[in-house]
Amino acid sequence: MLKVIIDDIEVEVAPGTTVLEAARQNADKLPGVPPAMCYYSKLEGSGGKCRVCLVKVGMPAVDMATKEPIIDPATGKQRINFMPKPQASCRTTVAPGMVIQGESSPEVLEARKGVVEFLLINHPLDCPICDQAGECKLQDLAYENGREATRYQEKRRTFEKIDIGDKIKLHMTRCILCYRCTYVADQLTDKRVHGIINRGDHAEISTYIQNAVENDFSGNMIDVCPVGALTDKTFRFKSRVWFLKPVDAHRTCNHQSKNEKIKCNGKATLWMFGGEVFRVTARKDKWAEVEEFICNECRYDHKNTADWTIEGPTAVSHQSVISANHYTLPFEMSKGMQNRLEQKTVKRSLIEKQLGE
Amino acid sequence: MQLTNRSKVVSNKKMSFAEKLYLPAIVKGLAITMSHFFRKPATISYPEEQRYIAPVWRGKHVLKRDANGAENCTACGLCAVACPAEAITMTAAERKPGEEHMYREEKYAAVYEINMLRCIFCGLCEEACPKEAIFLTPELVPSYLNRDEFIYGKDKLVEPIDKRVDITQRQKHLVEKKQ
Repeated sequence: MLKVIIDDIEVEVAPGTTVLEAARQNADKLPGVPPAMCYYSKLEGSGGKCRVCLVKVGMPAVDMATKEPIIDPATGKQRINFMPKPQASCRTTVAPGMVIQGESSPEVLEARKGVVEFLLINHPLDCPICDQAGECKLQDLAYENGREATRYQEKRRTFEKIDIGDKIKLHMTRCILCYRCTYVADQLTDKRVHGIINRGDHAEISTYIQNAVENDFSGNMIDVCPVGALTDKTFRFKSRVWFLKPVDAHRTCNHQSKNEKIKCNGKATLWMFGGEVFRVTARKDKWAEVEEFICNECRYDHKNTADWTIEGPTAVSHQSVISANHYTLPFEMSKGMQNRLEQKTVKRSLIEKQLGE
Repeated sequence: MQLTNRSKVVSNKKMSFAEKLYLPAIVKGLAITMSHFFRKPATISYPEEQRYIAPVWRGKHVLKRDANGAENCTACGLCAVACPAEAITMTAAERKPGEEHMYREEKYAAVYEINMLRCIFCGLCEEACPKEAIFLTPELVPSYLNRDEFIYGKDKLVEPIDKRVDITQRQKHLVEKKQ
Protein backbone atom coordinates (compact mmCIF):
# COMPACT_ATOMS: atom_id res chain seq x y z
CA MET A 1 0.00 0.00 0.00
CA LEU A 2 1.15 3.49 -0.84
CA LYS A 3 0.65 6.60 1.18
CA VAL A 4 -0.50 9.66 -0.69
CA ILE A 5 -1.78 13.00 0.53
CA ILE A 6 -5.02 14.21 -1.01
CA ASP A 7 -6.22 17.65 0.10
CA ASP A 8 -3.90 17.50 3.15
CA ILE A 9 -5.36 14.16 4.24
CA GLU A 10 -3.15 11.10 4.16
CA VAL A 11 -4.75 8.03 2.58
CA GLU A 12 -3.50 4.56 1.74
CA VAL A 13 -4.15 3.02 -1.64
CA ALA A 14 -2.91 0.05 -3.63
CA PRO A 15 -0.10 0.73 -6.13
CA GLY A 16 -1.34 1.29 -9.67
CA THR A 17 -4.60 3.02 -8.67
CA THR A 18 -5.42 6.24 -10.39
CA VAL A 19 -5.74 9.42 -8.38
CA LEU A 20 -9.48 9.54 -9.12
CA GLU A 21 -9.96 5.97 -7.89
CA ALA A 22 -7.91 6.77 -4.79
CA ALA A 23 -10.19 9.71 -4.05
CA ARG A 24 -13.31 7.61 -4.66
CA GLN A 25 -12.09 4.86 -2.35
CA ASN A 26 -11.57 7.39 0.43
CA ALA A 27 -14.58 9.55 -0.37
CA ASP A 28 -15.78 9.76 3.26
CA LYS A 29 -12.50 11.22 4.49
CA LEU A 30 -11.99 13.77 1.75
CA PRO A 31 -13.72 17.12 1.24
CA GLY A 32 -14.64 16.10 -2.30
CA VAL A 33 -14.00 13.72 -5.16
CA PRO A 34 -13.09 15.04 -8.62
CA PRO A 35 -16.07 14.83 -10.96
CA ALA A 36 -15.80 12.65 -14.06
CA MET A 37 -17.69 12.92 -17.30
CA CYS A 38 -15.78 10.50 -19.54
CA TYR A 39 -14.07 8.14 -17.10
CA TYR A 40 -16.07 4.99 -16.37
CA SER A 41 -14.52 2.46 -14.02
CA LYS A 42 -16.32 -0.44 -15.72
CA LEU A 43 -15.05 0.44 -19.18
CA GLU A 44 -11.43 -0.33 -19.91
CA GLY A 45 -9.42 2.52 -21.35
CA SER A 46 -11.99 5.22 -20.69
CA GLY A 47 -11.01 8.60 -19.33
CA GLY A 48 -8.70 11.44 -20.19
CA LYS A 49 -11.09 13.12 -22.62
CA CYS A 50 -13.30 15.55 -20.78
CA ARG A 51 -10.71 17.10 -18.41
CA VAL A 52 -13.15 17.90 -15.61
CA CYS A 53 -11.27 15.67 -13.16
CA LEU A 54 -8.20 17.93 -13.19
CA VAL A 55 -6.15 18.02 -9.98
CA LYS A 56 -2.85 19.51 -8.95
CA VAL A 57 -0.22 16.80 -8.56
CA GLY A 58 3.15 17.24 -6.91
CA MET A 59 6.02 15.42 -5.23
CA PRO A 60 7.88 16.51 -2.10
CA ALA A 61 11.14 18.22 -3.13
CA VAL A 62 14.32 16.28 -2.48
CA ASP A 63 17.89 17.43 -3.02
CA MET A 64 19.19 15.41 -5.97
CA ALA A 65 22.67 14.87 -4.59
CA THR A 66 22.15 14.29 -0.92
CA LYS A 67 18.52 12.97 -0.97
CA GLU A 68 17.77 15.41 1.83
CA PRO A 69 14.30 17.01 1.86
CA ILE A 70 14.33 20.64 0.78
CA ILE A 71 12.69 22.83 3.39
CA ASP A 72 10.73 25.85 2.29
CA PRO A 73 12.01 28.76 4.44
CA ALA A 74 8.64 30.54 4.29
CA THR A 75 6.57 27.76 5.87
CA GLY A 76 9.24 25.62 7.53
CA LYS A 77 7.83 22.53 5.83
CA GLN A 78 9.15 20.40 2.99
CA ARG A 79 8.67 22.09 -0.35
CA ILE A 80 6.28 20.44 -2.85
CA ASN A 81 7.20 20.51 -6.52
CA PHE A 82 3.88 20.69 -8.35
CA MET A 83 3.55 19.89 -12.02
CA PRO A 84 3.26 23.10 -14.01
CA LYS A 85 -0.28 22.26 -15.16
CA PRO A 86 -3.16 20.40 -13.52
CA GLN A 87 -3.37 16.72 -14.44
CA ALA A 88 -6.34 14.53 -15.33
CA SER A 89 -6.83 12.48 -12.17
CA CYS A 90 -8.49 9.56 -13.98
CA ARG A 91 -5.31 8.94 -15.97
CA THR A 92 -2.64 9.73 -13.37
CA THR A 93 -1.54 6.81 -11.22
CA VAL A 94 -0.45 7.39 -7.66
CA ALA A 95 3.21 7.37 -6.58
CA PRO A 96 4.51 7.01 -3.02
CA GLY A 97 4.40 10.31 -1.15
CA MET A 98 2.44 12.07 -3.91
CA VAL A 99 0.69 15.26 -2.91
CA ILE A 100 -2.63 15.89 -4.63
CA GLN A 101 -4.74 19.00 -4.39
CA GLY A 102 -8.29 18.86 -5.64
CA GLU A 103 -11.14 20.58 -3.90
CA SER A 104 -8.75 22.48 -1.61
CA SER A 105 -7.01 24.28 -4.43
CA PRO A 106 -8.63 27.42 -5.90
CA GLU A 107 -6.58 26.85 -9.07
CA VAL A 108 -8.19 23.46 -9.63
CA LEU A 109 -11.67 24.82 -9.03
CA GLU A 110 -10.97 27.61 -11.49
CA ALA A 111 -9.69 25.10 -14.07
CA ARG A 112 -12.79 22.94 -13.53
CA LYS A 113 -15.01 25.95 -14.06
CA GLY A 114 -13.21 26.64 -17.31
CA VAL A 115 -13.63 23.06 -18.48
CA VAL A 116 -17.34 23.16 -17.70
CA GLU A 117 -17.63 26.29 -19.78
CA PHE A 118 -15.87 24.56 -22.67
CA LEU A 119 -18.11 21.51 -22.39
CA LEU A 120 -21.14 23.76 -22.52
CA ILE A 121 -19.96 25.70 -25.59
CA ASN A 122 -21.80 23.45 -28.00
CA HIS A 123 -24.19 21.84 -25.55
CA PRO A 124 -27.69 23.26 -25.93
CA LEU A 125 -29.16 24.80 -22.78
CA ASP A 126 -32.54 23.16 -23.21
CA CYS A 127 -32.74 21.01 -20.11
CA PRO A 128 -36.55 21.54 -19.92
CA ILE A 129 -36.87 19.49 -23.11
CA CYS A 130 -34.12 16.93 -22.56
CA ASP A 131 -35.07 13.53 -21.17
CA GLN A 132 -31.81 13.27 -19.26
CA ALA A 133 -32.58 16.28 -17.05
CA GLY A 134 -32.62 15.29 -13.41
CA GLU A 135 -30.11 12.49 -13.84
CA CYS A 136 -27.66 14.32 -16.12
CA LYS A 137 -24.09 14.51 -14.91
CA LEU A 138 -23.37 17.58 -17.00
CA GLN A 139 -26.33 19.36 -15.42
CA ASP A 140 -25.05 18.55 -11.94
CA LEU A 141 -21.53 19.54 -12.89
CA ALA A 142 -22.62 22.87 -14.35
CA TYR A 143 -24.82 23.53 -11.35
CA GLU A 144 -22.00 22.88 -8.92
CA ASN A 145 -19.05 24.33 -10.83
CA GLY A 146 -20.25 26.44 -13.69
CA ARG A 147 -21.22 30.04 -14.19
CA GLU A 148 -24.80 31.12 -13.99
CA ALA A 149 -25.04 32.37 -17.54
CA THR A 150 -23.28 31.58 -20.78
CA ARG A 151 -20.75 33.99 -22.31
CA TYR A 152 -20.83 32.21 -25.65
CA GLN A 153 -22.38 34.28 -28.42
CA GLU A 154 -21.39 32.37 -31.54
CA LYS A 155 -23.61 29.84 -33.23
CA ARG A 156 -23.66 26.44 -31.54
CA ARG A 157 -23.20 23.44 -33.76
CA THR A 158 -26.44 21.54 -34.30
CA PHE A 159 -27.30 18.19 -35.78
CA GLU A 160 -30.44 16.47 -36.89
CA LYS A 161 -31.67 13.75 -34.54
CA ILE A 162 -30.82 10.27 -35.77
CA ASP A 163 -32.52 6.98 -34.96
CA ILE A 164 -29.82 4.42 -34.46
CA GLY A 165 -31.80 1.25 -34.39
CA ASP A 166 -35.42 1.28 -33.36
CA LYS A 167 -34.69 1.71 -29.65
CA ILE A 168 -32.04 4.42 -29.39
CA LYS A 169 -32.25 8.06 -30.40
CA LEU A 170 -29.00 9.92 -31.03
CA HIS A 171 -29.02 13.66 -30.65
CA MET A 172 -25.47 14.65 -31.48
CA THR A 173 -26.10 18.28 -30.48
CA ARG A 174 -26.02 17.22 -26.84
CA CYS A 175 -22.95 14.97 -27.13
CA ILE A 176 -19.80 15.95 -25.26
CA LEU A 177 -17.66 13.31 -27.02
CA CYS A 178 -16.81 11.29 -23.93
CA TYR A 179 -16.37 8.10 -26.01
CA ARG A 180 -18.13 5.98 -23.36
CA CYS A 181 -20.67 4.56 -25.81
CA THR A 182 -17.95 3.46 -28.22
CA TYR A 183 -16.20 1.64 -25.38
CA VAL A 184 -19.47 -0.10 -24.53
CA ALA A 185 -19.80 -1.20 -28.13
CA ASP A 186 -16.19 -2.38 -28.18
CA GLN A 187 -16.18 -4.20 -24.90
CA LEU A 188 -19.72 -5.50 -24.50
CA THR A 189 -20.90 -6.24 -27.98
CA ASP A 190 -19.38 -8.37 -30.71
CA LYS A 191 -19.16 -5.74 -33.38
CA ARG A 192 -18.98 -2.00 -33.14
CA VAL A 193 -20.91 -0.25 -35.87
CA HIS A 194 -20.68 3.29 -34.57
CA GLY A 195 -17.80 5.53 -33.67
CA ILE A 196 -16.42 9.00 -33.85
CA ILE A 197 -15.85 10.38 -37.28
CA ASN A 198 -14.10 13.61 -38.27
CA ARG A 199 -11.76 15.55 -36.04
CA GLY A 200 -11.68 18.51 -33.69
CA ASP A 201 -14.73 20.68 -33.80
CA HIS A 202 -16.20 18.51 -36.54
CA ALA A 203 -15.96 15.31 -34.51
CA GLU A 204 -19.25 13.50 -34.17
CA ILE A 205 -20.63 10.18 -33.05
CA SER A 206 -22.07 8.43 -36.02
CA THR A 207 -22.96 5.08 -37.44
CA TYR A 208 -21.69 6.38 -40.77
CA ILE A 209 -24.44 5.36 -43.19
CA GLN A 210 -27.11 5.33 -40.45
CA ASN A 211 -26.23 1.80 -39.57
CA ALA A 212 -28.52 0.37 -36.94
CA VAL A 213 -27.04 -0.51 -33.57
CA GLU A 214 -28.91 -3.66 -32.66
CA ASN A 215 -26.65 -5.75 -30.54
CA ASP A 216 -28.16 -7.47 -27.49
CA PHE A 217 -26.24 -5.23 -25.10
CA SER A 218 -26.36 -1.99 -27.10
CA GLY A 219 -28.92 -0.46 -24.72
CA ASN A 220 -26.18 0.08 -22.17
CA MET A 221 -24.96 2.97 -24.29
CA ILE A 222 -27.99 4.90 -23.01
CA ASP A 223 -27.00 4.28 -19.41
CA VAL A 224 -23.35 5.22 -19.80
CA CYS A 225 -24.07 8.41 -21.74
CA PRO A 226 -23.50 11.20 -19.20
CA VAL A 227 -25.72 13.62 -21.12
CA GLY A 228 -28.91 13.29 -23.12
CA ALA A 229 -27.24 12.46 -26.44
CA LEU A 230 -28.30 8.82 -26.43
CA THR A 231 -31.80 8.33 -25.12
CA ASP A 232 -34.24 5.47 -24.86
CA LYS A 233 -36.76 5.80 -27.66
CA THR A 234 -39.31 3.72 -25.79
CA PHE A 235 -39.21 6.31 -22.97
CA ARG A 236 -38.79 9.43 -25.06
CA PHE A 237 -40.79 12.33 -23.58
CA LYS A 238 -42.97 9.84 -21.66
CA SER A 239 -42.34 11.39 -18.28
CA ARG A 240 -39.78 13.31 -16.26
CA VAL A 241 -37.48 11.26 -14.04
CA TRP A 242 -38.61 13.07 -10.91
CA PHE A 243 -42.22 11.96 -11.37
CA LEU A 244 -41.16 8.32 -11.42
CA LYS A 245 -40.28 6.14 -8.50
CA PRO A 246 -37.21 3.98 -8.98
CA VAL A 247 -37.43 0.46 -7.54
CA ASP A 248 -34.86 -2.31 -7.56
CA ALA A 249 -36.11 -5.45 -9.23
CA HIS A 250 -34.78 -8.61 -10.80
CA ARG A 251 -35.88 -11.34 -13.16
CA THR A 252 -34.34 -14.56 -14.36
CA CYS A 253 -32.10 -13.76 -17.27
CA ASN A 254 -28.95 -15.51 -18.39
CA HIS A 255 -28.28 -13.55 -21.48
CA GLN A 256 -24.67 -13.82 -22.55
CA SER A 257 -23.00 -11.27 -24.79
CA LYS A 258 -21.62 -12.72 -27.97
CA ASN A 259 -18.00 -12.29 -27.03
CA GLU A 260 -18.82 -13.97 -23.69
CA LYS A 261 -17.30 -11.14 -21.74
CA ILE A 262 -20.45 -9.96 -20.10
CA LYS A 263 -23.56 -11.63 -18.79
CA CYS A 264 -26.90 -10.16 -17.86
CA ASN A 265 -28.23 -11.44 -14.57
CA GLY A 266 -31.51 -9.59 -14.69
CA LYS A 267 -30.83 -7.04 -11.95
CA ALA A 268 -32.29 -3.70 -12.91
CA THR A 269 -34.01 -0.54 -11.73
CA LEU A 270 -37.63 -0.06 -12.76
CA TRP A 271 -38.90 3.49 -13.08
CA MET A 272 -42.51 3.28 -12.04
CA PHE A 273 -45.49 5.56 -11.90
CA GLY A 274 -48.13 3.85 -9.85
CA GLY A 275 -48.17 0.28 -11.08
CA GLU A 276 -46.88 1.16 -14.50
CA VAL A 277 -43.28 0.55 -15.56
CA PHE A 278 -42.13 3.50 -17.66
CA ARG A 279 -38.60 2.33 -18.30
CA VAL A 280 -35.98 -0.12 -17.18
CA THR A 281 -32.36 0.84 -16.59
CA ALA A 282 -29.34 -0.84 -15.07
CA ARG A 283 -28.70 -0.14 -11.41
CA LYS A 284 -26.34 2.73 -10.79
CA ASP A 285 -23.93 3.25 -7.92
CA LYS A 286 -23.19 6.54 -6.18
CA TRP A 287 -20.80 7.60 -8.94
CA ALA A 288 -23.68 7.20 -11.40
CA GLU A 289 -21.95 4.22 -12.93
CA VAL A 290 -23.77 1.05 -13.91
CA GLU A 291 -23.30 -1.75 -11.38
CA GLU A 292 -24.08 -4.57 -13.78
CA PHE A 293 -24.85 -4.18 -17.46
CA ILE A 294 -28.24 -5.48 -18.56
CA CYS A 295 -29.34 -6.94 -21.86
CA ASN A 296 -31.77 -5.33 -24.28
CA GLU A 297 -34.45 -7.89 -23.56
CA CYS A 298 -34.61 -6.83 -19.90
CA ARG A 299 -34.44 -3.18 -20.87
CA TYR A 300 -37.08 -2.96 -23.57
CA ASP A 301 -39.27 -6.04 -23.59
CA HIS A 302 -40.35 -6.40 -19.99
CA LYS A 303 -42.23 -3.25 -19.10
CA ASN A 304 -44.67 -5.17 -17.02
CA THR A 305 -44.55 -5.44 -13.25
CA ALA A 306 -45.54 -9.11 -13.42
CA ASP A 307 -42.26 -9.95 -15.14
CA TRP A 308 -40.18 -8.69 -12.25
CA THR A 309 -39.58 -9.50 -8.62
CA ILE A 310 -39.55 -6.14 -6.89
CA GLU A 311 -37.01 -5.85 -4.08
CA GLY A 312 -37.80 -2.35 -2.83
CA PRO A 313 -37.25 1.32 -3.51
CA THR A 314 -33.87 2.34 -4.90
CA ALA A 315 -31.83 4.48 -2.55
CA VAL A 316 -31.79 7.97 -4.02
CA SER A 317 -29.73 10.77 -2.55
CA HIS A 318 -32.17 13.24 -1.06
CA GLN A 319 -30.28 16.07 -2.77
CA SER A 320 -31.41 14.58 -6.07
CA VAL A 321 -34.53 15.93 -7.71
CA ILE A 322 -35.58 12.31 -8.26
CA SER A 323 -36.41 12.04 -4.57
CA ALA A 324 -38.59 15.18 -4.69
CA ASN A 325 -42.20 14.73 -3.55
CA HIS A 326 -41.84 11.02 -2.88
CA TYR A 327 -42.33 11.42 0.85
CA THR A 328 -39.94 8.64 1.71
CA LEU A 329 -37.52 9.07 4.55
CA PRO A 330 -34.25 10.49 3.26
CA PHE A 331 -31.81 7.64 2.89
CA GLU A 332 -29.53 8.98 5.56
CA MET A 333 -31.10 11.05 8.29
CA SER A 334 -29.16 14.17 9.14
CA LYS A 335 -28.06 14.81 12.73
CA GLY A 336 -30.58 17.62 13.11
CA MET A 337 -33.40 15.44 11.88
CA GLN A 338 -32.45 12.64 14.22
CA ASN A 339 -32.45 15.06 17.14
CA ARG A 340 -35.84 16.46 16.21
CA LEU A 341 -37.30 13.00 15.84
CA GLU A 342 -35.89 12.02 19.20
CA GLN A 343 -37.30 15.13 20.88
CA LYS A 344 -40.68 14.43 19.37
CA THR A 345 -40.77 10.86 20.67
CA VAL A 346 -39.68 11.99 24.13
CA LYS A 347 -42.39 14.65 24.19
CA ARG A 348 -45.04 12.20 23.05
CA SER A 349 -44.12 9.63 25.67
CA LEU A 350 -44.27 12.36 28.35
CA ILE A 351 -47.77 13.42 27.31
CA GLU A 352 -48.91 9.82 27.15
CA LYS A 353 -47.57 9.27 30.61
CA GLN A 354 -49.37 12.34 31.95
CA LEU A 355 -52.62 11.33 30.28
CA GLY A 356 -52.27 7.90 31.80
CA GLU A 357 -52.15 9.43 35.25
CA MET B 1 -53.41 17.25 36.76
CA GLN B 2 -53.12 20.30 34.55
CA LEU B 3 -51.73 19.99 31.00
CA THR B 4 -52.12 23.63 29.93
CA ASN B 5 -52.63 26.99 31.62
CA ARG B 6 -55.52 27.97 29.39
CA SER B 7 -58.32 26.66 31.58
CA LYS B 8 -60.48 29.30 33.34
CA VAL B 9 -62.05 29.07 36.73
CA VAL B 10 -65.83 29.62 36.45
CA SER B 11 -67.42 31.68 39.24
CA ASN B 12 -71.04 31.20 40.27
CA LYS B 13 -71.59 34.30 42.37
CA LYS B 14 -75.05 35.78 43.09
CA MET B 15 -76.30 38.66 40.84
CA SER B 16 -76.79 42.11 42.34
CA PHE B 17 -80.19 43.92 42.34
CA ALA B 18 -79.26 46.06 39.30
CA GLU B 19 -78.25 43.02 37.34
CA LYS B 20 -81.47 41.24 38.27
CA LEU B 21 -83.54 44.08 36.77
CA TYR B 22 -82.28 43.14 33.21
CA LEU B 23 -83.50 46.45 31.73
CA PRO B 24 -80.15 48.32 31.92
CA ALA B 25 -78.43 45.44 30.11
CA ILE B 26 -81.10 45.43 27.37
CA VAL B 27 -80.75 49.20 26.87
CA LYS B 28 -76.98 48.81 26.66
CA GLY B 29 -77.31 46.11 24.03
CA LEU B 30 -79.79 48.14 21.98
CA ALA B 31 -77.43 51.10 22.08
CA ILE B 32 -74.69 49.01 20.50
CA THR B 33 -77.10 47.84 17.77
CA MET B 34 -78.27 51.40 17.07
CA SER B 35 -74.71 52.71 16.84
CA HIS B 36 -74.07 50.32 13.93
CA PHE B 37 -76.76 52.08 11.84
CA PHE B 38 -74.51 55.11 11.54
CA ARG B 39 -71.28 53.25 10.75
CA LYS B 40 -69.79 52.55 7.32
CA PRO B 41 -71.16 49.17 6.13
CA ALA B 42 -68.68 46.26 6.17
CA THR B 43 -70.12 44.74 2.99
CA ILE B 44 -70.29 45.89 -0.61
CA SER B 45 -73.02 45.26 -3.18
CA TYR B 46 -71.24 42.64 -5.27
CA PRO B 47 -71.31 42.28 -8.30
CA GLU B 48 -72.28 45.93 -9.02
CA GLU B 49 -69.49 47.05 -6.75
CA GLN B 50 -66.16 45.24 -6.73
CA ARG B 51 -63.25 45.45 -4.37
CA TYR B 52 -59.80 46.49 -5.55
CA ILE B 53 -57.63 43.57 -6.61
CA ALA B 54 -53.89 44.21 -6.74
CA PRO B 55 -52.29 43.76 -10.16
CA VAL B 56 -49.98 41.15 -8.65
CA TRP B 57 -52.87 39.20 -7.15
CA ARG B 58 -52.40 35.47 -7.58
CA GLY B 59 -55.55 34.08 -9.16
CA LYS B 60 -56.34 31.78 -12.05
CA HIS B 61 -53.36 30.54 -14.08
CA VAL B 62 -52.74 31.26 -17.72
CA LEU B 63 -50.50 29.35 -20.13
CA LYS B 64 -48.88 31.94 -22.35
CA ARG B 65 -48.22 31.90 -26.06
CA ASP B 66 -45.25 33.63 -27.66
CA ALA B 67 -45.44 36.54 -30.12
CA ASN B 68 -46.20 34.14 -33.00
CA GLY B 69 -48.99 32.44 -31.12
CA ALA B 70 -47.07 29.24 -30.31
CA GLU B 71 -47.45 27.77 -26.84
CA ASN B 72 -44.48 28.46 -24.57
CA CYS B 73 -44.93 25.42 -22.34
CA THR B 74 -42.55 22.55 -23.06
CA ALA B 75 -43.89 20.18 -20.39
CA CYS B 76 -40.63 20.13 -18.43
CA GLY B 77 -42.51 19.34 -15.24
CA LEU B 78 -40.71 21.89 -13.06
CA CYS B 79 -43.98 23.56 -12.06
CA ALA B 80 -45.42 20.22 -11.01
CA VAL B 81 -42.38 19.34 -8.92
CA ALA B 82 -42.34 22.81 -7.35
CA CYS B 83 -46.07 22.67 -6.54
CA PRO B 84 -46.48 22.14 -2.79
CA ALA B 85 -50.10 21.08 -3.22
CA GLU B 86 -49.39 18.70 -6.11
CA ALA B 87 -52.13 20.28 -8.14
CA ILE B 88 -50.43 20.12 -11.54
CA THR B 89 -50.24 17.09 -13.82
CA MET B 90 -49.11 16.90 -17.41
CA THR B 91 -48.38 14.57 -20.28
CA ALA B 92 -45.74 15.49 -22.81
CA ALA B 93 -45.76 14.84 -26.52
CA GLU B 94 -43.33 15.39 -29.35
CA ARG B 95 -44.00 18.12 -31.86
CA LYS B 96 -44.52 16.84 -35.39
CA PRO B 97 -43.12 18.62 -38.44
CA GLY B 98 -45.56 21.32 -39.50
CA GLU B 99 -46.68 22.10 -35.95
CA GLU B 100 -44.01 24.74 -35.36
CA HIS B 101 -46.62 27.49 -35.32
CA MET B 102 -48.50 25.76 -32.50
CA TYR B 103 -45.73 24.84 -30.11
CA ARG B 104 -42.51 26.76 -29.55
CA GLU B 105 -40.29 23.84 -28.50
CA GLU B 106 -39.91 20.35 -29.89
CA LYS B 107 -41.77 18.95 -26.91
CA TYR B 108 -45.10 20.23 -25.67
CA ALA B 109 -47.76 19.46 -23.11
CA ALA B 110 -50.45 17.33 -24.70
CA VAL B 111 -52.36 17.35 -21.43
CA TYR B 112 -51.89 20.01 -18.78
CA GLU B 113 -54.22 20.01 -15.83
CA ILE B 114 -54.42 22.09 -12.69
CA ASN B 115 -56.76 20.99 -9.96
CA MET B 116 -58.08 24.28 -8.63
CA LEU B 117 -59.38 22.57 -5.50
CA ARG B 118 -55.85 21.55 -4.60
CA CYS B 119 -54.14 24.73 -5.77
CA ILE B 120 -53.19 27.15 -2.99
CA PHE B 121 -52.26 29.97 -5.39
CA CYS B 122 -48.77 30.32 -3.97
CA GLY B 123 -47.21 31.18 -7.32
CA LEU B 124 -44.29 28.75 -7.03
CA CYS B 125 -45.16 27.31 -10.46
CA GLU B 126 -44.54 30.58 -12.23
CA GLU B 127 -41.31 31.06 -10.31
CA ALA B 128 -40.14 27.58 -11.32
CA CYS B 129 -41.09 27.97 -14.98
CA PRO B 130 -37.97 28.31 -17.15
CA LYS B 131 -39.95 29.13 -20.29
CA GLU B 132 -42.16 31.98 -19.02
CA ALA B 133 -45.13 29.83 -19.86
CA ILE B 134 -47.29 29.85 -16.74
CA PHE B 135 -48.43 32.96 -14.94
CA LEU B 136 -51.04 33.72 -12.33
CA THR B 137 -53.60 36.38 -13.22
CA PRO B 138 -55.82 38.60 -11.06
CA GLU B 139 -58.83 36.71 -12.40
CA LEU B 140 -60.64 34.64 -9.79
CA VAL B 141 -61.52 30.97 -10.07
CA PRO B 142 -65.30 30.78 -9.74
CA SER B 143 -67.15 28.22 -7.71
CA TYR B 144 -68.83 25.25 -9.35
CA LEU B 145 -71.36 22.68 -8.29
CA ASN B 146 -69.33 19.77 -9.61
CA ARG B 147 -65.84 18.72 -8.52
CA ASP B 148 -64.78 17.76 -12.07
CA GLU B 149 -65.23 21.31 -13.22
CA PHE B 150 -62.43 22.48 -10.96
CA ILE B 151 -59.88 20.49 -12.93
CA TYR B 152 -58.75 23.01 -15.49
CA GLY B 153 -57.37 21.56 -18.69
CA LYS B 154 -55.57 23.26 -21.53
CA ASP B 155 -58.90 24.51 -22.91
CA LYS B 156 -59.29 26.78 -19.89
CA LEU B 157 -55.64 27.55 -19.18
CA VAL B 158 -54.05 28.38 -22.54
CA GLU B 159 -54.75 31.96 -23.50
CA PRO B 160 -56.93 32.38 -26.59
CA ILE B 161 -54.85 33.44 -29.56
CA ASP B 162 -57.07 36.46 -30.25
CA LYS B 163 -57.62 37.38 -26.60
CA ARG B 164 -54.19 37.63 -25.02
CA VAL B 165 -53.85 37.93 -21.25
CA ASP B 166 -51.71 40.83 -20.13
CA ILE B 167 -49.15 39.69 -17.58
CA THR B 168 -46.68 42.59 -17.77
CA GLN B 169 -47.37 43.58 -14.15
CA ARG B 170 -46.79 40.04 -13.01
CA GLN B 171 -43.56 39.73 -15.02
CA LYS B 172 -42.22 42.94 -13.52
CA HIS B 173 -42.96 41.66 -10.07
CA LEU B 174 -41.26 38.32 -10.80
CA VAL B 175 -38.16 39.87 -12.32
CA GLU B 176 -37.71 41.94 -9.18
CA LYS B 177 -38.17 38.84 -7.05
CA LYS B 178 -35.65 36.78 -8.99
CA GLN B 179 -32.94 39.41 -8.76
